Amino acid sequence: MLTETALAKGAETHVPVLSFRGISKTFPGVRALDGVELDLFAGQVTALIGENGAGKSTVVKILTGIYQPDGGTILVNGVETRFLTAQAAAEAGVTAIHQETVLFDELTVAENIFIGHAPRTRFGLIDASAMEAEAKRLLASIGADLDPRIRLRELGIASKHLVAIARALSIDASVVIMDEPTAALSHKEIHELYDLVEKLKAQGKAILFISHKFDEIFRIADRWTVFRDGQFVGSGRIADVTEGRLVQLMVGREVDKIYPKRPARIGPPVLTVAGYCHPTEFEDIGFTLHQGEILGFYGLVGAGRSEVMQALFGITRPSKGACRIDDRVLVLRSTADAIAAGIVYVPEDRGRQGAVKGLPIFQNVTLPSLEKTSRAGFLRLAEEFRMTRDYTSRLDLRAASLDQDVGLLSGGNQQKVVIAKWLATKPRVIILDEPTKGIDIGSKAAVHDFMSELAAQGLAVIMVSSEIPEVLGMSDRVIVMREGRIAAEFQGGSMTPENLVRAAAGIEGEAA
Amino acid sequence: MTATSTSIRGREIPDRLVPGWKRALKSWETLLFVVAVAIFIANSLASPYFLDPWNLSDASFNFTEKAIIAFAMAMLIIAGEIDLSVAAIIALASTAMGMAMTAGAPVPVLVLIGLATGLICGAFNGFLVAGLGLPSIVVTIGTMSLFRGLAYIVLGDGAFTGYPDAFGWFGQGYVWWVFSFELVLFVVMAIVFGILLHATDFGRRVYVIGNNATAARFSGVRVDRIRFILFLLTGLMSGIAAICLTSRLGSTRPSIATGFELEVVTMVVLGGVNILGGSGSIPGVVIAALVMGLVTFGLGLLNVPGIVMSIIIGALLISVIALPRLWKMART
Amino acid sequence: MRGILKSREAILALAILVLLALVAMRFPAFILPGNLVNVLTDTSPLIILALGQMVVILTKCIDLSIAANLALCGMVAGLLNMAGVPIVVILLAVIVLGALLGAFNGLLVWKLGIPSIVVTLGTMTIYRGIIFVLTAGKWINAHQMSPEFKDFPRAILLGLPVMTWIMIAIVLVFTVLIYRTPLGRAFFAVGGNPHAAVYTGISVGRTQFAAFVIAGTLAGLTGYLWVARYAVAYVDIAGGFELDVVAACVIGGVAIAGGAGSVAGAVMGALFLGIVKNALPVVGISPFAQMAISGIAILVAIAFNARSSRPKGRIILKQAEHRVVEGSA
Repeated sequence: MLTETALAKGAETHVPVLSFRGISKTFPGVRALDGVELDLFAGQVTALIGENGAGKSTVVKILTGIYQPDGGTILVNGVETRFLTAQAAAEAGVTAIHQETVLFDELTVAENIFIGHAPRTRFGLIDASAMEAEAKRLLASIGADLDPRIRLRELGIASKHLVAIARALSIDASVVIMDEPTAALSHKEIHELYDLVEKLKAQGKAILFISHKFDEIFRIADRWTVFRDGQFVGSGRIADVTEGRLVQLMVGREVDKIYPKRPARIGPPVLTVAGYCHPTEFEDIGFTLHQGEILGFYGLVGAGRSEVMQALFGITRPSKGACRIDDRVLVLRSTADAIAAGIVYVPEDRGRQGAVKGLPIFQNVTLPSLEKTSRAGFLRLAEEFRMTRDYTSRLDLRAASLDQDVGLLSGGNQQKVVIAKWLATKPRVIILDEPTKGIDIGSKAAVHDFMSELAAQGLAVIMVSSEIPEVLGMSDRVIVMREGRIAAEFQGGSMTPENLVRAAAGIEGEAA
Repeated sequence: MTATSTSIRGREIPDRLVPGWKRALKSWETLLFVVAVAIFIANSLASPYFLDPWNLSDASFNFTEKAIIAFAMAMLIIAGEIDLSVAAIIALASTAMGMAMTAGAPVPVLVLIGLATGLICGAFNGFLVAGLGLPSIVVTIGTMSLFRGLAYIVLGDGAFTGYPDAFGWFGQGYVWWVFSFELVLFVVMAIVFGILLHATDFGRRVYVIGNNATAARFSGVRVDRIRFILFLLTGLMSGIAAICLTSRLGSTRPSIATGFELEVVTMVVLGGVNILGGSGSIPGVVIAALVMGLVTFGLGLLNVPGIVMSIIIGALLISVIALPRLWKMART
Repeated sequence: MRGILKSREAILALAILVLLALVAMRFPAFILPGNLVNVLTDTSPLIILALGQMVVILTKCIDLSIAANLALCGMVAGLLNMAGVPIVVILLAVIVLGALLGAFNGLLVWKLGIPSIVVTLGTMTIYRGIIFVLTAGKWINAHQMSPEFKDFPRAILLGLPVMTWIMIAIVLVFTVLIYRTPLGRAFFAVGGNPHAAVYTGISVGRTQFAAFVIAGTLAGLTGYLWVARYAVAYVDIAGGFELDVVAACVIGGVAIAGGAGSVAGAVMGALFLGIVKNALPVVGISPFAQMAISGIAILVAIAFNARSSRPKGRIILKQAEHRVVEGSA
């Protein structure tokens, strides 16, 4: 598969504006980048493609000087360079437009564009009128009709993106990183963004475009680079590649071999959701979950999957709709209600919502089950250790002791602690939200293995995942969500990567 | 405990690597205890009057009232909140008792009114913080003005005096020998709060909330209910302190207990409770109360004025937190 | 919705006008220019310190030592005056001393990462204690102060006392500092989004340090003004004033979580408290009610500020996005 790269390199005659040569980055327990290559050329859009956990966000953080690579070199116009600080990266002409726009709500549009490099008067003060005029000009150059004097908090997400782009132009960046810029935009706004990318190209910027949506990659990118599990898989010209080939490179391995999905006997329905709506996040969600079943939820980031799951777990309240366990209608006012009904949720944001870092493993595991381990409200540590040992050993947890701070464990082992915590409550429905995001291969396999075992034991499992092989490899059935609604449902032979990608991205027509 | 030792798997993982007693030996509380002993020895060498049991008993009055509030405050701060209105609650509770006393209420009713005022004030704080989701630091700066302001409206520059003699027992009476009611109360409360925080489900959840309130909510902990109860407890302890202090002084002025809130917070932080929440212990607060009491008493015996003691307390507060950080910086 | 958000200051201004109108109904003379100038002068220290506290709070910190700093600098001013030092030197001395005391707070926060509430809780008792050490608890009374020392803040210049002019000058300087300098903008950036601030090359700790130095400097200057105007200095002057200062900020819409606030808001928050304090006696309400009223004002202000800053979800549904945008427009 490296032949494509060789071909592309031969065809490329000029020096890239920015290159990664063998860049590596390791975090405790995870090898985020393993000797990756990346070339960005002036006036060209390079799409960086890969599943979640492929290392894309680490690339962005290295490019913007937030992380330092452990190995390899960064070349700027062929010269070896190091971005020791965020400022150094900015001075070298790299700027990023992030998924979650990193700007300041309380400052004005003009101030956001110029913070750190505002025009000054001869007294050294910020020259507000010059700044506003220049902001107006920059915004106009990208076709944005925004008042530079209003505060950012009064703008919608699309307008904030425009401000971020204007900021990129204002520091005269040579490299612009766009990290899933269309994830939160409407159809019309996306088209305006495409025009903008064309304008940036015409100005000779090198653009790194990170996206999961194949339609837009084929529409605006000139080149592609695929990463998988922190490794460089290939790169080349968009003109020379097909969608199918990219999906194949991205997914890579043989799906069946890695996923230990055992055929489970699908039992009677356990959880029935009908007409679930939320004023701003999702609409008309309905599905039935059976005993012994693993139901996959696929979709792009921001499709509303986590929001639905959090409503089922009592975190938010739906505005309409009903949810039943067996034939009992549930009123979920709090997470405690959901847990009592037998619904538990392993959240995507493990560090903030899952593990309680700073507390030992055993205290994390017994947290929702304290009523069982305690007597009359008094703690019984021996019971807690016994319960913890029971559940963590089944998950193959690796730790120095059960008294160890959860924050010191690797991501995979933290996830095992969170799962153990829920199994100890003996749930009927377990919802796993991106259960293997950011964890190492070994722990991934353990989590997958265990999911299969749970289903085989008769638990009903919902798995939210953005990784196609995981969804296909683990699920009995897949629901695809898009823009807060159920877009499609696949089962058996129709569960193909192409179908999932198309349904999630809203591509019309049948897979080739 | 380093990351390299995390290779043990499955059933073989031990419960604990470091035995509890060994960890306790290396703890903040031990260091503080050594400081307390050192101050005790220094005091007994510096003044011949120090080792007298009656003098020591008298000296305990300068920390007991603050300490019983500090126990509840410690739990509140461990849970990630703070209550700056405790001294104002004392003022309002004392004023309420004064009004009842003027109306001729008997001693048990006075006590009930003191407790009830504390509980009501605590419930009000708890409602604003846990119910409405407002930040506790500003809420309690507001209620601090409100509660003490109410006391000022009632009393102006006047005072309630003439409490019945029987009421004086709470602040001046002795249970047995040199052990005053306040000292016994301090010990009992230390034990009650020590058990509540360290040996019950409730205490466990307090730590969880302080470490990560979101994850606590995602684990089925009723975070707001626990926060509310903690404010209620802090209010109740302030009510009890109001009874003791009013009884000891024998009068109520609206300026009663001014500045107590800062001394209580200092005591809690000195006791090793993380001001940002998540960690700390009741034994630590007990020792911190003793340290502050010993410093105040010892310097008092040497005729050092109170305000200079406050410099020492302030310096102690900053240095005990700064020194470990400086040491860490010097090592890296 | 947008109207309300935009005009938090306008609502406060309206509240102040209503307050003045209510007072005037009972006691018309209160709103005569001469009396209003008195109120303004009386409120000047609170306004100045509220601005200092505001920049500290903007950076997600708090300075509880601000009144103790004021008292210490005021006492030093009094002592220097007794030693015959000229006013200009005294002014310079209190400004430098105030800045140093603020810098001490700032260094502990910046270099050691100790939470500001702990640092300033400690320094507030230390700074007050130092006054006692300097004076052995003695007062400096009016007769021990030179006439120039006492007269300077009260001297009338173009119809206003010098103290009021100083306050006005500080408000103007602050307006420029906050809105027209990179440092001023950095205060908002650091408090509003510390991670993003790092991305734009702003040092969080250094900015917090700067905020403490500014607050300290203002406290030092106010120390002299306070002692000279009230013609007395002792350990406990301005006791508890730090809470009035925080209250003024909160009422003025400065978010305690940092990143949001305005010069106009802080000034009006202080004015609101100042008017309440001065109006109570004239309308026949016991001045002792002032504390309770400011407590209620703080609580109302917090509840109001919190309402306008509730976090929204992702807003995934397209039609919902339009609803929200229209709703806030």
